[in-house]
Amino acid sequence: MDPKRYRQLVQERAPKPNVVRDATRAFLLGGCIALIGQFVFDYFRLIEPTRGEAVAATLATMIFFGAVLTAFGVYDKLGEWGGAGAAIPITGFANSMVSSAMDFRRDGIITGLTSKLFVIAGPVIVFAVVVGFIVGLLRSAFLGLFA
Amino acid sequence: MSAATVAPATKRVGKYTLAIDQVRIAQRATVVGPREGAGPLGKWFDQVEQDHMAEQPTPEKAERYFLKQAVQLVLKKAGLSPDEIDFFLSGDLLNQVITSSFTAREFGIPFFGLFNACATFGAALTLGSVLIDGGYANRIIIGASSHYQSAERQYRYPIELNVQRKATNQWTVTGAGAALLARDGSGPRITMVTPGRVVDYGLSDTNDMGSAMAPAAADTLLRHLSDTGRSIGDYDLIVTGDLSAQGSKMFRLLAKDAGITLGNTHQDCGVLIYSQEQQPGAGGSGAACSTTVILSYILSEMENTRYRRVLAIPTGALHNPLTASQGETIPCIAHAVVFEL
Repeated sequence: MDPKRYRQLVQERAPKPNVVRDATRAFLLGGCIALIGQFVFDYFRLIEPTRGEAVAATLATMIFFGAVLTAFGVYDKLGEWGGAGAAIPITGFANSMVSSAMDFRRDGIITGLTSKLFVIAGPVIVFAVVVGFIVGLLRSAFLGLFA
Repeated sequence: MSAATVAPATKRVGKYTLAIDQVRIAQRATVVGPREGAGPLGKWFDQVEQDHMAEQPTPEKAERYFLKQAVQLVLKKAGLSPDEIDFFLSGDLLNQVITSSFTAREFGIPFFGLFNACATFGAALTLGSVLIDGGYANRIIIGASSHYQSAERQYRYPIELNVQRKATNQWTVTGAGAALLARDGSGPRITMVTPGRVVDYGLSDTNDMGSAMAPAAADTLLRHLSDTGRSIGDYDLIVTGDLSAQGSKMFRLLAKDAGITLGNTHQDCGVLIYSQEQQPGAGGSGAACSTTVILSYILSEMENTRYRRVLAIPTGALHNPLTASQGETIPCIAHAVVFEL
């Protein structure tokens, strides 16, 4: 069979992902994580003096949850079930770093853990910094440097 | 040197196939992880470890443990010591076939490390048979191993990362198999081999290696049938390595396109090793997949005379993570080996 024809057939015969099921699961899981985050945030609003500090405390708490669930081997199962619903929230970011740390710890502290810690999270940080820089530039161009 | 002065190779059949005389699988042993042990073939394996890490600190060491156990078990079953073995041929999926090299260090047997990805066992069977049939060895131990965690680490993502597996993803088998090839003994004979050539139909999705490997399996099958003048009916079983559910579908399609109906004669080690409840995606894969399934279930069923003549076609995707991330396609290979009672 001609390779081009074969590639066509592979595409035609590929199992179709169940988009409705996957999207529903992602919505439910992501929604649940966000809901927990909201509760945590409401709690910190009561005890923290400013909104900014409540946000920071909430993020730190959610990252902690993500890290603990990863360490206990639960978070990857959530991801298997809920896909992007587990990956997008900040708990997913925590998962990407802790899972890397767990895997590469065996390869040494310098050559493994600390150098490979960002192997998954790296792009997220790079793009966040780059986009933040561009948005900051635009903001100061339109609103003035110290607005 | 002109062709006339060289005696022609007398053990070749057709263009690609080699006829093998008097080589047997005299002993064999399989050691697998808990997931494989809990699968449909669980009872056929010699040893099922309850811990996939086998109490080792790293998955790489764990994989080494599995291979060493398998080799030791073969030696023990055969009642032989390492210095009675002429060669150790073995391979695995890790960089520089490191599992096999470390294992070879333990035994002091002249060693060749082989890499044909998941088709490594096919390469070991082929080269081992040729060495014995050529009169260069009396006894050879061949082996292959893979480990879910060490393979994930090298080829994919950290174990605990939240990735959703695709339906075409395969699950790397944790385990190892080893066999003693010899002139004597009572095990099934290896009567022919058709070495594979690298086939690349331009697929680059490493989440669907079954579809990438199917053309290599079909290529080897067609060359084997054409060389030998045999048909599918001459075999009780044609067992491919780790095409999995998706790759098997494409393999059958390719065979059908060439005018061959495989029907129930074809099975796939990747499909056999796990049940659907174990959610392995499209099935098992890894160098240990075809190795452990052939060396346990398939050859045992031959000895039970359920199958008398089997064509085994271990399949391998030869890409590496670097070339894959550079967008290159997946070169694939499949070796065919005929087992007879």
